[in-house]
Amino acid sequence: MRDIISNSSFFGVMISVLSYELGLYLKKKYKWAILNPLLISIVVIILFLAVFRIKYDDFNEGAKYLSYLLTPATVCLAIPLYEQIQLLKDNWKAILAGILAGVITTMCTVLAFAVMFHFTHEEYVTMLPKSITTAIGMGLSQEMGGIVTITVVSIIITGVFGNMIADIVFKVFQIHNPIAKGIGLGSSAHAIGTAKAMEMGEIEGAMSSLSIAVTGLMSVIFAAIFAGII
Amino acid sequence: MKFMKQFAIILLISFLGECARELLPLPVPASIYGLVFMLTALMTGIVKTEDVNRAGMFLIETMPMMFIPAAVGIMAAWNVFRPICGPVVITIVVSTILVMGVSGLVTQQMIRWNERKRK
Repeated sequence: MRDIISNSSFFGVMISVLSYELGLYLKKKYKWAILNPLLISIVVIILFLAVFRIKYDDFNEGAKYLSYLLTPATVCLAIPLYEQIQLLKDNWKAILAGILAGVITTMCTVLAFAVMFHFTHEEYVTMLPKSITTAIGMGLSQEMGGIVTITVVSIIITGVFGNMIADIVFKVFQIHNPIAKGIGLGSSAHAIGTAKAMEMGEIEGAMSSLSIAVTGLMSVIFAAIFAGII
Repeated sequence: MKFMKQFAIILLISFLGECARELLPLPVPASIYGLVFMLTALMTGIVKTEDVNRAGMFLIETMPMMFIPAAVGIMAAWNVFRPICGPVVITIVVSTILVMGVSGLVTQQMIRWNERKRK
């Protein structure tokens, strides 16, 4: 059985889609915020692979075709953004200010925790790109001398956590405006946050898509400045 | 328009994004160039919404699933990650909540001020 799974080209995509559907089902049935479909599917798959001793590389042999679709999917985020372009034009100052505030908050909180936990320079610059999309974050981490693997892990944990916690954060901070929700999700939790924003609504999704690009570019500039501090 | 034709347009723009990444010396991934190209194509009318929206909506709706392989990859990076996982997770949790709250609140407040000014 293990050999069949390890050699299969379809197993990776199959278990990813099935476990995600299971996550959707559980969320619908129990309606707890903690039951995030993405988190459920990740946990289910890791447990499955660990129990049956299947290597990550064997799983990814099939599952990589899901990752392959990520670039075309990101390109398509331009479609909802185009549909809300008037909203963007009317509110560009607020949107830009919100994203800028988000980027500065990311840098300052990472700096504060780096001081608190006595991070080395290497560990500190590894964490700086945590709120930006993986492709930009990896390059940035490498350029600053960070540990790229941990940057990628941090980016994913940030995204999944942001996706999970968004409803609660918006309730606690009393953020009701759909534009503000989209900017909050996109600038804190990049594309994984945007997936959540898309579920909330068209405006949220469009604004979050925009934030991925703008946050990424602003972070490149600010990380260069902040990297010199520790 | 047929689904595959829509998908082909999306792949073409993704490919142009890859070309831009190779040719330009900026730290920008192919997907972001592609997003900008798609937006430009829609705004100039070269591509119409109907030419891409069915395949596009399918891709956007399935997007959360596309992060599963990379996230499961934490397993493969576990040995490198374990020694600093505590501080890293605490940093992420607090920072993500604050960033989401602050950027959301700043945007919301600025929109309110602008609306008041217009009145």
